[in-house]
Amino acid sequence: MASQAKTNVIDPLIDNNPITLQVLGICSALAVTTNMMASLIMCIALTTVTAFSGAFISAIRKHIPGNIRIIVQMTIIASLVIIVDQVLKAYAYEASKQLSVFVGLIITNCIVLGRAEAYAMKNPPLLSFLDGLGNGLGYSLILMSVAFFRELLGAGKLFGMTVIPVASEGGWYIPNGLMLLPPSAFFVIGLMIWAIRTWKKEQVEKPDYQIHQVHRTEVL
Amino acid sequence: MAESTEKKGLLGSFLSLPNDNPKKTLFVAILLCLVCSILVSTAAVSLKPLQTSNKKDDIKRNILAVTGLSDQEGSLDELFSQFEVKLVDLDTGLYAHTDIDPVIYDQRKASADPMMSVELPGGQDIAGISRRANMAPVYLLTEGDTIKQVVLPVHGYGLWSTLYGFLALEGDFNTITGLRFYEHAETPGLGGEVDNPKWRAKWDGKKVFDEQGNVEIRVIRGYVDEKTANAEHKVDGLSGATLTSNGVTNLLQYWLGDHGFGPYLKNMRTELGK
Repeated sequence: MASQAKTNVIDPLIDNNPITLQVLGICSALAVTTNMMASLIMCIALTTVTAFSGAFISAIRKHIPGNIRIIVQMTIIASLVIIVDQVLKAYAYEASKQLSVFVGLIITNCIVLGRAEAYAMKNPPLLSFLDGLGNGLGYSLILMSVAFFRELLGAGKLFGMTVIPVASEGGWYIPNGLMLLPPSAFFVIGLMIWAIRTWKKEQVEKPDYQIHQVHRTEVL
Repeated sequence: MAESTEKKGLLGSFLSLPNDNPKKTLFVAILLCLVCSILVSTAAVSLKPLQTSNKKDDIKRNILAVTGLSDQEGSLDELFSQFEVKLVDLDTGLYAHTDIDPVIYDQRKASADPMMSVELPGGQDIAGISRRANMAPVYLLTEGDTIKQVVLPVHGYGLWSTLYGFLALEGDFNTITGLRFYEHAETPGLGGEVDNPKWRAKWDGKKVFDEQGNVEIRVIRGYVDEKTANAEHKVDGLSGATLTSNGVTNLLQYWLGDHGFGPYLKNMRTELGK
Protein backbone atom coordinates (compact mmCIF):
# COMPACT_ATOMS: atom_id res chain seq x y z
CA MET A 1 0.00 0.00 0.00
CA ALA A 2 2.69 2.45 1.05
CA SER A 3 4.86 1.56 -1.92
CA GLN A 4 1.84 1.77 -4.22
CA ALA A 5 1.10 5.23 -2.85
CA LYS A 6 4.67 6.30 -3.51
CA THR A 7 4.58 4.97 -7.07
CA ASN A 8 1.33 6.80 -7.71
CA VAL A 9 2.94 10.11 -6.90
CA ILE A 10 6.44 9.55 -8.27
CA ASP A 11 5.70 7.55 -11.41
CA PRO A 12 3.81 10.26 -13.35
CA LEU A 13 6.62 12.78 -12.82
CA ILE A 14 8.97 11.41 -15.49
CA ASP A 15 8.41 7.71 -16.14
CA ASN A 16 4.73 7.98 -16.94
CA ASN A 17 4.33 11.70 -17.45
CA PRO A 18 0.89 12.65 -18.76
CA ILE A 19 2.28 15.24 -21.16
CA THR A 20 5.55 13.83 -22.43
CA LEU A 21 4.66 10.13 -22.49
CA GLN A 22 0.90 10.07 -22.94
CA VAL A 23 0.82 13.44 -24.75
CA LEU A 24 -2.37 14.54 -22.98
CA GLY A 25 -3.38 18.00 -21.82
CA ILE A 26 -1.33 19.75 -24.49
CA CYS A 27 -3.89 22.49 -25.16
CA SER A 28 -3.48 24.30 -21.86
CA ALA A 29 0.25 23.66 -21.96
CA LEU A 30 0.35 25.82 -25.09
CA ALA A 31 -2.00 28.48 -23.85
CA VAL A 32 -0.87 29.47 -20.39
CA THR A 33 2.88 28.98 -20.51
CA THR A 34 3.87 32.45 -21.71
CA ASN A 35 4.68 33.40 -18.15
CA MET A 36 5.55 31.39 -15.08
CA MET A 37 3.10 33.03 -12.70
CA ALA A 38 0.07 32.14 -14.82
CA SER A 39 1.43 28.63 -15.30
CA LEU A 40 1.91 28.18 -11.56
CA ILE A 41 -1.69 29.14 -10.82
CA MET A 42 -2.87 26.87 -13.62
CA CYS A 43 -0.79 23.98 -12.24
CA ILE A 44 -2.18 24.42 -8.73
CA ALA A 45 -5.72 24.57 -10.11
CA LEU A 46 -5.29 21.47 -12.26
CA THR A 47 -3.52 19.45 -9.57
CA THR A 48 -6.26 20.26 -7.06
CA VAL A 49 -8.98 19.26 -9.50
CA THR A 50 -7.27 16.03 -10.59
CA ALA A 51 -6.54 14.94 -7.03
CA PHE A 52 -9.96 15.69 -5.57
CA SER A 53 -11.96 14.47 -8.55
CA GLY A 54 -10.02 11.19 -8.28
CA ALA A 55 -10.87 10.89 -4.59
CA PHE A 56 -14.57 11.73 -4.98
CA ILE A 57 -15.13 9.57 -8.04
CA SER A 58 -13.36 6.68 -6.39
CA ALA A 59 -15.44 7.09 -3.23
CA ILE A 60 -18.67 6.50 -5.14
CA ARG A 61 -17.19 4.24 -7.84
CA LYS A 62 -19.16 1.19 -6.72
CA HIS A 63 -22.45 3.00 -7.20
CA ILE A 64 -21.80 4.72 -10.52
CA PRO A 65 -24.06 3.15 -13.16
CA GLY A 66 -21.94 2.12 -16.14
CA ASN A 67 -24.14 3.77 -18.74
CA ILE A 68 -23.91 7.26 -17.21
CA ARG A 69 -20.43 7.00 -15.73
CA ILE A 70 -18.77 9.58 -17.98
CA ILE A 71 -21.50 12.11 -17.22
CA VAL A 72 -21.15 11.41 -13.50
CA GLN A 73 -17.38 11.91 -13.72
CA MET A 74 -17.79 15.11 -15.74
CA THR A 75 -20.33 16.49 -13.27
CA ILE A 76 -17.93 16.00 -10.39
CA ILE A 77 -15.00 17.43 -12.35
CA ALA A 78 -17.04 20.40 -13.58
CA SER A 79 -18.25 21.22 -10.07
CA LEU A 80 -14.71 21.16 -8.75
CA VAL A 81 -13.49 23.36 -11.58
CA ILE A 82 -16.23 25.92 -10.93
CA ILE A 83 -15.32 25.99 -7.25
CA VAL A 84 -11.63 26.46 -8.06
CA ASP A 85 -12.52 29.21 -10.52
CA GLN A 86 -14.64 30.98 -7.90
CA VAL A 87 -11.85 30.75 -5.32
CA LEU A 88 -9.35 32.19 -7.80
CA LYS A 89 -11.69 35.06 -8.63
CA ALA A 90 -11.95 35.83 -4.92
CA TYR A 91 -8.33 35.42 -3.85
CA ALA A 92 -6.21 35.76 -6.99
CA TYR A 93 -8.19 38.16 -9.15
CA GLU A 94 -5.39 39.34 -11.43
CA ALA A 95 -4.25 35.81 -12.15
CA SER A 96 -7.78 34.63 -12.79
CA LYS A 97 -8.27 37.44 -15.28
CA GLN A 98 -5.08 36.43 -17.05
CA LEU A 99 -6.06 32.78 -17.19
CA SER A 100 -9.59 33.76 -18.23
CA VAL A 101 -11.20 30.78 -19.95
CA PHE A 102 -8.38 28.35 -19.33
CA VAL A 103 -9.37 27.58 -15.74
CA GLY A 104 -12.84 26.70 -16.98
CA LEU A 105 -11.27 24.58 -19.69
CA ILE A 106 -9.70 22.29 -17.07
CA ILE A 107 -13.06 20.51 -17.35
CA THR A 108 -12.06 19.34 -20.80
CA ASN A 109 -8.45 18.58 -19.90
CA CYS A 110 -7.83 15.00 -20.96
CA ILE A 111 -5.61 14.29 -17.94
CA VAL A 112 -8.44 14.82 -15.45
CA LEU A 113 -11.00 12.61 -17.16
CA GLY A 114 -8.25 10.18 -18.17
CA ARG A 115 -7.21 9.56 -14.56
CA ALA A 116 -10.83 9.34 -13.43
CA GLU A 117 -11.68 6.71 -16.01
CA ALA A 118 -8.40 4.81 -15.93
CA TYR A 119 -7.61 4.84 -12.24
CA ALA A 120 -10.23 6.27 -9.88
CA MET A 121 -13.00 4.00 -11.19
CA LYS A 122 -11.05 0.92 -10.08
CA ASN A 123 -9.08 1.97 -7.01
CA PRO A 124 -9.78 3.17 -3.46
CA PRO A 125 -10.10 6.91 -2.71
CA LEU A 126 -6.74 7.59 -1.04
CA LEU A 127 -4.75 5.94 -3.80
CA SER A 128 -6.84 7.72 -6.42
CA PHE A 129 -6.19 11.02 -4.67
CA LEU A 130 -2.43 10.36 -4.76
CA ASP A 131 -2.64 9.24 -8.37
CA GLY A 132 -4.38 12.50 -9.25
CA LEU A 133 -1.83 14.44 -7.25
CA GLY A 134 1.06 12.69 -9.01
CA ASN A 135 -0.38 13.30 -12.45
CA GLY A 136 -1.10 16.90 -11.58
CA LEU A 137 2.50 17.32 -10.46
CA GLY A 138 3.77 15.64 -13.61
CA TYR A 139 1.74 18.10 -15.65
CA SER A 140 3.03 20.94 -13.47
CA LEU A 141 6.64 19.89 -13.90
CA ILE A 142 6.39 20.08 -17.68
CA LEU A 143 4.31 23.25 -17.66
CA MET A 144 6.71 25.07 -15.39
CA SER A 145 9.72 24.01 -17.47
CA VAL A 146 8.04 25.13 -20.69
CA ALA A 147 7.04 28.42 -19.07
CA PHE A 148 10.59 28.87 -17.78
CA PHE A 149 12.04 28.74 -21.29
CA ARG A 150 9.26 30.72 -22.90
CA GLU A 151 9.28 33.56 -20.40
CA LEU A 152 13.06 33.68 -20.15
CA LEU A 153 13.74 33.63 -23.89
CA GLY A 154 10.61 35.49 -24.92
CA ALA A 155 10.60 38.32 -22.43
CA GLY A 156 13.88 38.02 -20.50
CA LYS A 157 11.92 37.57 -17.28
CA LEU A 158 11.09 34.93 -14.69
CA PHE A 159 7.92 35.31 -12.62
CA GLY A 160 7.65 38.81 -14.07
CA MET A 161 11.09 39.85 -12.80
CA THR A 162 13.75 40.89 -15.23
CA VAL A 163 16.56 38.35 -15.42
CA ILE A 164 18.09 39.30 -18.75
CA PRO A 165 17.85 43.02 -19.54
CA VAL A 166 15.95 43.35 -22.81
CA ALA A 167 17.24 45.54 -25.65
CA SER A 168 14.09 47.67 -25.81
CA GLU A 169 14.68 48.64 -22.18
CA GLY A 170 18.35 49.39 -22.56
CA GLY A 171 19.76 45.89 -22.07
CA TRP A 172 21.58 43.64 -24.51
CA TYR A 173 19.12 40.80 -25.06
CA ILE A 174 16.85 40.89 -28.10
CA PRO A 175 13.90 38.71 -27.05
CA ASN A 176 12.70 35.96 -29.31
CA GLY A 177 9.09 36.94 -30.01
CA LEU A 178 8.27 33.46 -31.29
CA MET A 179 8.66 32.14 -27.76
CA LEU A 180 5.58 34.09 -26.72
CA LEU A 181 3.44 32.59 -29.48
CA PRO A 182 1.69 29.23 -29.05
CA PRO A 183 3.79 27.25 -31.60
CA SER A 184 6.91 27.67 -29.48
CA ALA A 185 5.32 25.55 -26.74
CA PHE A 186 5.07 22.75 -29.31
CA PHE A 187 8.76 23.09 -30.05
CA VAL A 188 9.76 23.16 -26.39
CA ILE A 189 7.55 20.20 -25.49
CA GLY A 190 8.82 18.32 -28.55
CA LEU A 191 12.43 18.92 -27.54
CA MET A 192 11.64 17.83 -23.99
CA ILE A 193 10.04 14.60 -25.19
CA TRP A 194 13.13 13.98 -27.33
CA ALA A 195 15.43 14.60 -24.38
CA ILE A 196 13.44 12.40 -22.01
CA ARG A 197 13.23 9.55 -24.51
CA THR A 198 16.94 9.72 -25.17
CA TRP A 199 17.51 9.46 -21.43
CA LYS A 200 14.82 6.80 -20.82
CA LYS A 201 14.93 4.54 -23.84
CA GLU A 202 11.98 2.43 -22.67
CA GLN A 203 9.63 5.34 -23.42
CA VAL A 204 10.36 5.13 -27.12
CA GLU A 205 7.31 3.67 -28.85
CA LYS A 206 7.56 0.74 -31.19
CA PRO A 207 6.97 1.73 -34.79
CA ASP A 208 3.42 1.09 -35.96
CA TYR A 209 4.62 -1.03 -38.84
CA GLN A 210 7.89 -2.21 -40.21
CA ILE A 211 8.92 -2.37 -43.82
CA HIS A 212 9.31 -6.01 -44.63
CA GLN A 213 12.57 -6.90 -46.26
CA VAL A 214 11.74 -8.54 -49.54
CA HIS A 215 14.25 -10.83 -51.13
CA ARG A 216 14.67 -10.70 -54.84
CA THR A 217 13.87 -14.37 -55.13
CA GLU A 218 10.49 -13.88 -53.42
CA VAL A 219 9.38 -11.31 -55.99
CA LEU A 220 10.34 -13.54 -58.81
CA MET B 1 -36.90 -7.53 -0.11
CA ALA B 2 -39.37 -5.64 2.01
CA GLU B 3 -37.43 -6.58 5.09
CA SER B 4 -34.12 -5.33 3.77
CA THR B 5 -35.74 -2.02 2.76
CA GLU B 6 -36.76 -1.48 6.34
CA LYS B 7 -33.34 -2.21 7.69
CA LYS B 8 -31.34 -0.07 5.30
CA GLY B 9 -33.76 2.79 4.92
CA LEU B 10 -34.59 4.50 1.65
CA LEU B 11 -30.99 5.45 0.74
CA GLY B 12 -29.67 1.98 1.45
CA SER B 13 -32.41 0.31 -0.55
CA PHE B 14 -31.50 2.38 -3.58
CA LEU B 15 -27.80 1.77 -3.15
CA SER B 16 -28.30 -1.98 -2.84
CA LEU B 17 -29.98 -2.11 -6.26
CA PRO B 18 -27.78 -3.33 -9.09
CA ASN B 19 -25.92 -0.50 -10.82
CA ASP B 20 -27.64 -0.96 -14.19
CA ASN B 21 -31.12 -0.69 -12.67
CA PRO B 22 -32.86 2.35 -14.25
CA LYS B 23 -34.21 3.43 -10.85
CA LYS B 24 -30.73 3.49 -9.40
CA THR B 25 -29.34 5.29 -12.43
CA LEU B 26 -31.94 7.99 -11.98
CA PHE B 27 -31.36 8.10 -8.23
CA VAL B 28 -27.58 8.44 -8.54
CA ALA B 29 -27.94 11.12 -11.22
CA ILE B 30 -30.36 13.20 -9.18
CA LEU B 31 -28.45 12.84 -5.92
CA LEU B 32 -25.17 13.74 -7.58
CA CYS B 33 -26.63 16.81 -9.26
CA LEU B 34 -28.14 17.89 -5.97
CA VAL B 35 -24.89 17.54 -4.02
CA CYS B 36 -22.81 19.21 -6.74
CA SER B 37 -25.21 22.11 -7.18
CA ILE B 38 -25.28 22.74 -3.44
CA LEU B 39 -21.47 22.78 -3.32
CA VAL B 40 -21.14 25.05 -6.34
CA SER B 41 -23.79 27.50 -5.18
CA THR B 42 -22.34 27.63 -1.65
CA ALA B 43 -18.95 28.51 -3.07
CA ALA B 44 -20.43 31.08 -5.44
CA VAL B 45 -22.54 32.79 -2.78
CA SER B 46 -19.96 32.82 0.00
CA LEU B 47 -17.19 34.18 -2.22
CA LYS B 48 -19.36 36.81 -3.87
CA PRO B 49 -18.49 39.75 -1.53
CA LEU B 50 -14.76 39.24 -2.07
CA GLN B 51 -15.20 38.97 -5.82
CA THR B 52 -17.26 42.15 -5.98
CA SER B 53 -14.70 44.14 -4.03
CA ASN B 54 -11.99 42.76 -6.32
CA LYS B 55 -13.97 43.92 -9.32
CA LYS B 56 -14.44 47.41 -7.86
CA ASP B 57 -10.74 47.73 -7.11
CA ASP B 58 -9.98 46.54 -10.60
CA ILE B 59 -12.18 49.26 -12.09
CA LYS B 60 -10.42 51.89 -9.98
CA ARG B 61 -7.06 50.50 -11.03
CA ASN B 62 -8.08 50.69 -14.67
CA ILE B 63 -9.27 54.26 -14.37
CA LEU B 64 -5.92 55.16 -12.83
CA ALA B 65 -4.07 53.29 -15.53
CA VAL B 66 -5.97 54.82 -18.43
CA THR B 67 -5.15 58.31 -17.19
CA GLY B 68 -1.54 57.40 -16.51
CA LEU B 69 -1.84 57.97 -12.77
CA SER B 70 -1.06 54.44 -11.70
CA ASP B 71 2.67 55.17 -11.57
CA GLN B 72 2.17 57.57 -8.69
CA GLU B 73 2.89 56.60 -5.12
CA GLY B 74 0.03 55.93 -2.77
CA SER B 75 -2.69 53.44 -2.05
CA LEU B 76 -5.40 52.69 -4.58
CA ASP B 77 -8.08 54.58 -2.69
CA GLU B 78 -5.82 57.58 -2.10
CA LEU B 79 -4.99 57.86 -5.75
CA PHE B 80 -8.55 57.32 -6.81
CA SER B 81 -9.75 60.08 -4.50
CA GLN B 82 -8.12 62.58 -6.88
CA PHE B 83 -11.01 61.93 -9.22
CA GLU B 84 -14.29 63.70 -8.96
CA VAL B 85 -17.07 61.34 -9.97
CA LYS B 86 -20.18 62.88 -11.48
CA LEU B 87 -23.27 61.48 -13.13
CA VAL B 88 -24.17 62.73 -16.58
CA ASP B 89 -27.68 62.65 -17.97
CA LEU B 90 -26.89 61.27 -21.39
CA ASP B 91 -29.94 62.76 -23.13
CA THR B 92 -29.33 66.34 -22.07
CA GLY B 93 -25.59 66.09 -21.68
CA LEU B 94 -25.75 67.91 -18.35
CA TYR B 95 -24.73 66.72 -14.92
CA ALA B 96 -27.69 64.89 -13.46
CA HIS B 97 -29.48 66.14 -10.38
CA THR B 98 -30.22 62.99 -8.44
CA ASP B 99 -29.85 61.61 -4.97
CA ILE B 100 -27.84 58.70 -6.27
CA ASP B 101 -24.26 58.63 -5.10
CA PRO B 102 -22.18 58.61 -8.30
CA VAL B 103 -19.51 56.45 -6.66
CA ILE B 104 -22.01 53.70 -5.89
CA TYR B 105 -24.03 54.08 -9.12
CA ASP B 106 -23.81 50.91 -11.19
CA GLN B 107 -24.26 51.69 -14.85
CA ARG B 108 -24.46 48.04 -15.79
CA LYS B 109 -27.27 47.35 -13.35
CA ALA B 110 -29.05 50.50 -14.46
CA SER B 111 -29.00 49.41 -18.11
CA ALA B 112 -31.02 46.35 -17.14
CA ASP B 113 -33.56 48.37 -15.16
CA PRO B 114 -36.46 49.61 -17.35
CA MET B 115 -36.92 52.63 -15.08
CA MET B 116 -33.35 53.79 -15.51
CA SER B 117 -32.62 52.90 -19.10
CA VAL B 118 -34.01 52.97 -22.62
CA GLU B 119 -34.21 50.28 -25.22
CA LEU B 120 -32.27 51.19 -28.32
CA PRO B 121 -33.94 50.90 -31.73
CA GLY B 122 -31.98 48.72 -34.15
CA GLY B 123 -30.53 51.51 -36.25
CA GLN B 124 -29.21 53.37 -33.23
CA ASP B 125 -27.67 50.38 -31.55
CA ILE B 126 -24.38 50.23 -33.46
CA ALA B 127 -22.48 49.07 -30.37
CA GLY B 128 -24.77 46.06 -29.90
CA ILE B 129 -25.71 46.85 -26.31
CA SER B 130 -29.54 46.72 -26.78
CA ARG B 131 -30.26 48.91 -23.71
CA ARG B 132 -28.58 52.08 -22.52
CA ALA B 133 -28.74 53.53 -19.03
CA ASN B 134 -30.05 57.10 -18.81
CA MET B 135 -27.10 58.17 -16.74
CA ALA B 136 -23.42 57.38 -16.91
CA PRO B 137 -20.63 58.28 -14.52
CA VAL B 138 -17.70 60.43 -15.63
CA TYR B 139 -14.45 60.66 -13.72
CA LEU B 140 -12.94 64.11 -13.72
CA LEU B 141 -9.36 64.94 -12.88
CA THR B 142 -9.22 68.63 -12.11
CA GLU B 143 -6.48 71.04 -11.21
CA GLY B 144 -7.95 74.20 -9.74
CA ASP B 145 -10.85 75.07 -11.98
CA THR B 146 -9.59 73.47 -15.15
CA ILE B 147 -10.36 69.91 -16.08
CA LYS B 148 -7.15 68.05 -16.89
CA GLN B 149 -8.63 64.73 -17.92
CA VAL B 150 -11.98 63.06 -18.13
CA VAL B 151 -12.61 59.32 -18.14
CA LEU B 152 -15.72 57.94 -19.85
CA PRO B 153 -16.96 54.39 -19.40
CA VAL B 154 -17.64 52.70 -22.75
CA HIS B 155 -18.84 49.29 -23.75
CA GLY B 156 -19.95 47.43 -26.83
CA TYR B 157 -19.98 44.09 -28.57
CA GLY B 158 -16.86 42.67 -30.20
CA LEU B 159 -16.79 39.19 -31.67
CA TRP B 160 -17.69 36.94 -28.74
CA SER B 161 -18.36 39.26 -25.90
CA THR B 162 -19.19 42.72 -24.69
CA LEU B 163 -16.03 44.72 -24.11
CA TYR B 164 -16.12 47.01 -21.10
CA GLY B 165 -13.55 49.74 -20.87
CA PHE B 166 -12.60 53.31 -20.21
CA LEU B 167 -11.70 56.10 -22.59
CA ALA B 168 -9.65 58.95 -21.19
CA LEU B 169 -9.75 62.35 -22.87
CA GLU B 170 -7.69 65.44 -22.25
CA GLY B 171 -9.23 68.63 -20.91
CA ASP B 172 -10.06 69.70 -24.47
CA PHE B 173 -12.60 66.83 -24.63
CA ASN B 174 -11.14 65.80 -27.96
CA THR B 175 -7.64 64.40 -27.54
CA ILE B 176 -7.50 60.81 -26.36
CA THR B 177 -5.00 59.94 -23.67
CA GLY B 178 -5.88 56.29 -23.40
CA LEU B 179 -8.32 53.48 -24.07
CA ARG B 180 -8.33 50.40 -21.94
CA PHE B 181 -10.68 47.46 -21.59
CA TYR B 182 -11.05 45.80 -18.22
CA GLU B 183 -13.45 43.06 -19.16
CA HIS B 184 -13.96 41.06 -22.34
CA ALA B 185 -13.79 37.50 -23.59
CA GLU B 186 -12.26 37.96 -27.03
CA THR B 187 -9.92 35.31 -28.43
CA PRO B 188 -6.57 35.47 -26.64
CA GLY B 189 -3.85 36.40 -29.11
CA LEU B 190 -6.27 37.83 -31.68
CA GLY B 191 -9.12 39.99 -30.37
CA GLY B 192 -7.59 39.66 -26.92
CA GLU B 193 -4.78 41.86 -28.19
CA VAL B 194 -6.94 44.85 -27.21
CA ASP B 195 -5.05 44.38 -23.95
CA ASN B 196 -1.66 44.60 -25.65
CA PRO B 197 0.21 47.59 -24.16
CA LYS B 198 1.71 48.37 -27.57
CA TRP B 199 -1.70 48.63 -29.18
CA ARG B 200 -3.12 50.59 -26.27
CA ALA B 201 -0.27 53.08 -26.59
CA LYS B 202 -1.39 53.85 -30.16
CA TRP B 203 -4.46 55.66 -28.85
CA ASP B 204 -2.49 58.32 -27.06
CA GLY B 205 -2.86 61.67 -28.84
CA LYS B 206 -5.55 60.63 -31.32
CA LYS B 207 -8.39 63.06 -31.88
CA VAL B 208 -12.05 62.14 -31.57
CA PHE B 209 -13.76 64.94 -33.54
CA ASP B 210 -13.06 66.49 -36.92
CA GLU B 211 -13.51 70.24 -37.48
CA GLN B 212 -17.26 69.89 -38.03
CA GLY B 213 -17.63 68.08 -34.73
CA ASN B 214 -18.29 64.65 -36.23
CA VAL B 215 -16.98 61.59 -34.44
CA GLU B 216 -14.16 60.52 -36.72
CA ILE B 217 -12.12 58.21 -34.51
CA ARG B 218 -11.93 54.65 -35.83
CA VAL B 219 -9.86 51.50 -35.96
CA ILE B 220 -8.88 50.83 -39.55
CA ARG B 221 -7.65 47.67 -41.27
CA GLY B 222 -3.89 47.40 -41.36
CA TYR B 223 -1.49 50.13 -40.40
CA VAL B 224 -2.04 53.85 -40.26
CA ASP B 225 0.24 55.82 -42.53
CA GLU B 226 1.09 58.96 -40.55
CA LYS B 227 1.31 60.96 -43.77
CA THR B 228 -2.28 60.41 -44.86
CA ALA B 229 -4.97 62.90 -44.06
CA ASN B 230 -6.98 62.11 -40.96
CA ALA B 231 -4.22 59.91 -39.54
CA GLU B 232 -4.96 61.57 -36.22
CA HIS B 233 -8.40 59.95 -36.22
CA LYS B 234 -7.20 56.46 -37.14
CA VAL B 235 -5.71 53.63 -35.12
CA ASP B 236 -4.05 50.45 -36.45
CA GLY B 237 -6.34 47.44 -36.69
CA LEU B 238 -5.66 44.26 -34.77
CA SER B 239 -4.42 41.72 -37.26
CA GLY B 240 -6.59 38.64 -37.38
CA ALA B 241 -9.29 40.35 -35.38
CA THR B 242 -11.33 42.43 -37.82
CA LEU B 243 -14.58 41.90 -35.95
CA THR B 244 -13.13 42.93 -32.60
CA SER B 245 -11.54 45.98 -34.27
CA ASN B 246 -14.90 46.88 -35.82
CA GLY B 247 -16.50 46.38 -32.43
CA VAL B 248 -14.10 48.88 -30.89
CA THR B 249 -14.84 51.40 -33.66
CA ASN B 250 -18.58 50.91 -33.22
CA LEU B 251 -18.56 51.26 -29.48
CA LEU B 252 -16.50 54.45 -29.68
CA GLN B 253 -18.74 55.83 -32.43
CA TYR B 254 -21.75 55.05 -30.27
CA TRP B 255 -20.51 56.36 -26.95
CA LEU B 256 -18.97 59.50 -28.38
CA GLY B 257 -21.93 60.06 -30.69
CA ASP B 258 -25.30 61.75 -30.19
CA HIS B 259 -26.84 58.91 -28.20
CA GLY B 260 -23.87 58.44 -25.89
CA PHE B 261 -21.68 61.13 -24.41
CA GLY B 262 -22.02 63.32 -27.55
CA PRO B 263 -24.32 65.97 -25.99
CA TYR B 264 -22.15 66.09 -22.85
CA LEU B 265 -18.94 66.51 -24.80
CA LYS B 266 -20.57 69.17 -26.96
CA ASN B 267 -21.67 71.11 -23.87
CA MET B 268 -18.23 70.89 -22.35
CA ARG B 269 -16.56 71.97 -25.59
CA THR B 270 -18.85 74.98 -26.02
CA GLU B 271 -18.11 75.93 -22.45
CA LEU B 272 -14.39 75.75 -23.18
CA GLY B 273 -14.82 77.88 -26.29
CA LYS B 274 -16.34 80.73 -24.31
